[in-house]
Amino acid sequence: MTTTFGEPVGHRRTAQTLTPAELPGRAGSLLAAGSRLALVAGHDDGDGLRAVYLFTDAATDHRVELHVPVDRADPHVPSLAGISFPAGRFEREMRDLYGIVPDEHPLPRRLVRHFHWPRGWYPMLADAGEPPEFGDVDGPYPFRTVEGPGVYEIPVGPVHAGMIEPGHFRFSVVGETILNLKARLWFVHKGIEKLFHGRSPEGAVELAERISGDTAVGHTLAFCQAVEDAHTLLVPQDVQRIRAILRELERLYNHVTDIGALCNDVGHGILHAHAQRIREQLLRINDTVTGHRLLRGAIHPGGATIRQLPDLRELAAIATDIAEIVALALDHSMVRDRFAGTAVLTREQAVDLGTLGYVARASGLSVDARHDHPFLSSEFPRTRHTHTDGDVLSRFLVRAEEITASVGLIAALSGSLGGYLGGAAPAPGVGHPRSGVGIVEGWRGTITHRVELAADGRLTRVKIVDPSFFNWPALPVALADTIVPDFPLVNKSFNLSYAGNDL
Amino acid sequence: MSALGVVGGVLQPLLVAAGAPLLVGVTRQVRARLEGRAGPGVGQPWRDLRKLLRKEAITPRGTSEVFRLAPLVLVATTLVVAVVVPFVTTDSALDPVADLFAVVALLALGTVAVALAGLDTGTAFGGMGASREMTIIALVEPTLLVAIFALSVRVGSTNLASIVASTLHDPARVISPVSLLAAVALIVVIVAETGRLPVDNPATHLELTMVHEAMVLEYAGPDLALVELASAMRLTVFLGLLANLFLPWGIATTATALAVLGGVLAFALKVTLLGAVLAVGEVFLAKLRLFRVPELLAGSFLLALLAVAASFFLA
Repeated sequence: MTTTFGEPVGHRRTAQTLTPAELPGRAGSLLAAGSRLALVAGHDDGDGLRAVYLFTDAATDHRVELHVPVDRADPHVPSLAGISFPAGRFEREMRDLYGIVPDEHPLPRRLVRHFHWPRGWYPMLADAGEPPEFGDVDGPYPFRTVEGPGVYEIPVGPVHAGMIEPGHFRFSVVGETILNLKARLWFVHKGIEKLFHGRSPEGAVELAERISGDTAVGHTLAFCQAVEDAHTLLVPQDVQRIRAILRELERLYNHVTDIGALCNDVGHGILHAHAQRIREQLLRINDTVTGHRLLRGAIHPGGATIRQLPDLRELAAIATDIAEIVALALDHSMVRDRFAGTAVLTREQAVDLGTLGYVARASGLSVDARHDHPFLSSEFPRTRHTHTDGDVLSRFLVRAEEITASVGLIAALSGSLGGYLGGAAPAPGVGHPRSGVGIVEGWRGTITHRVELAADGRLTRVKIVDPSFFNWPALPVALADTIVPDFPLVNKSFNLSYAGNDL
Repeated sequence: MSALGVVGGVLQPLLVAAGAPLLVGVTRQVRARLEGRAGPGVGQPWRDLRKLLRKEAITPRGTSEVFRLAPLVLVATTLVVAVVVPFVTTDSALDPVADLFAVVALLALGTVAVALAGLDTGTAFGGMGASREMTIIALVEPTLLVAIFALSVRVGSTNLASIVASTLHDPARVISPVSLLAAVALIVVIVAETGRLPVDNPATHLELTMVHEAMVLEYAGPDLALVELASAMRLTVFLGLLANLFLPWGIATTATALAVLGGVLAFALKVTLLGAVLAVGEVFLAKLRLFRVPELLAGSFLLALLAVAASFFLA
């Protein structure tokens, strides 16, 4: 897609204002040209509402925004669910939070609305006020019932054994085989997007770090890039390298945790114990690098500061240890048997659902914001993955291979820094209202933030999209015809965020 | 009823009940150390039981007497087995009950009671656990019977005391093909019956993968303590049975104090060793896919059948 449409508003980004009737045609041509719908956000502009659709093109890194103002009294947009599955989910989210109704939506049910929010209360509207008391339920929301001889339902959650966030899973099962799984999330709407409103970008960093506890760097970086995009700040390449090192450190400790947890879920506890040991080593490295075990406090709008670079020899030793754990797991015939062929997400399904991150790459997609939307001037080769069958084994191996690649990337980036420990771009002046987009490959996948700033530099709207929002629908799809006792393993292989999903 | 039988009948249940939580503690501690963890110590299961016993008794709404009686049935059947099976002394307090079929039936009764309790809760997990347990037990019980039957053929009696006594008198039998085949079959069965890896993972908190734990999910307080104690006792009883069927040495054959003390120590040592071996084995294993479990159990049944065949043809 070329940039001839709309006016340039940011880094490789153009914006165009459309009427609702023009939206489907324009969105359809963008999608047909290979763009991905990265984000849909509602906005309350006071006198009217506005829907913003952000399309990104992986091949050219062009970003196209479509702004659709709608009438506040009767907000309607035509639904894009027919041409894009993620669009259908974004529209339901926007309807639940802003009351903007997608016309002719094939599944016009609540998505993020809490069951007990009073009808007609839309929390993101400027005049929504304090969260109300739980009122009458907003109509019935039945589960799809699967009927037939021997079919029964297993309800699980929303409160689980263990330290897991709330989610209700309804299995329709015959014997042990899953016929249908419905995951119902969104029990803990935090209103975190609204908490951003009115803050200065610097004052909002602490929020961005806490969107999803295990993705502090990913979300903070996406937020800071969005702010920098809005101010057209040119961040020095060395700062970007430090940010990339932090992003890979976050990937390392999370991937190691998952590799151990996957082994634990098939009852092979000893590898889990060792993965935990390595995770602790990595968290301590994080602590020496940033002063925080979860890498908070290092990245801020315009810059990044660290205490010291990670010890490369220590990282290399850790990479060797992890490779040994992976080899032990794969050489164990029972572990391999549990992993291989379990819960296959086909390439076609992965494309249709718009999956991101390791889930997509394990199904043979190449989506990776590090290469599709790079912020480093030097290009690094894409990681080649040996198994892309879309099963648990592929998701396990993609993580293992990314660990090796990340350690190599950290070494390469550290080498070119020459002891530089951080700095910042000059602070931007105050100007006119503006918007910015940040796209970062967090450890789970592509994180997209879009911010709008008022003339005084304060945030008026922050839209956060965690890759989990795209990947959650893939879990039930992959689980069809899997057996119930394999669910925890499959769930761990996806390891989706509840907090990043339920904002 | 001989004096030796009475001594055994009194000592064995006490030893099993007191030692079973320690045995579980040993297996967990061995596993923790092998995995590079400090571990909570051998006494932790007893501390857990003490904590649970001090809590108020509570049962889910809608459950019936089946749910309330199951822990008692489980403990009671296991205690009876602990009384009659020759663990410490060769004579049994209730000789007719020390029969192969009676003992296996008693152990199965406990399992069925817990499965019924799981169904009685009316929750999906209870039913799921019960369904899985019944699938497993349907394959386990015949194997258990056939394996011990292979040992009883050459003795001409299904009385466990007689089988143990005859092995004592003729040690060469231990390394016969019959014994070895039956031993392997029994080990697999015991692993399945006591809910250990690779059939069930006793350490998991994931409801959807559980077998035994899923059935007892709704128990709390003293009832849970009984269920946990009974599970530990069943593990002890099964390991004791395995030990004394194949390696009965050390068991008391006379009612003297020294012989009985030797019997107690030998039993404790054998069961602890077997428990440790079980824990070491678990470190190297992973949990089988549920649908692979029947293959494993069918294999063990085949071994038991071969043991019986061998006992006829090689006798």
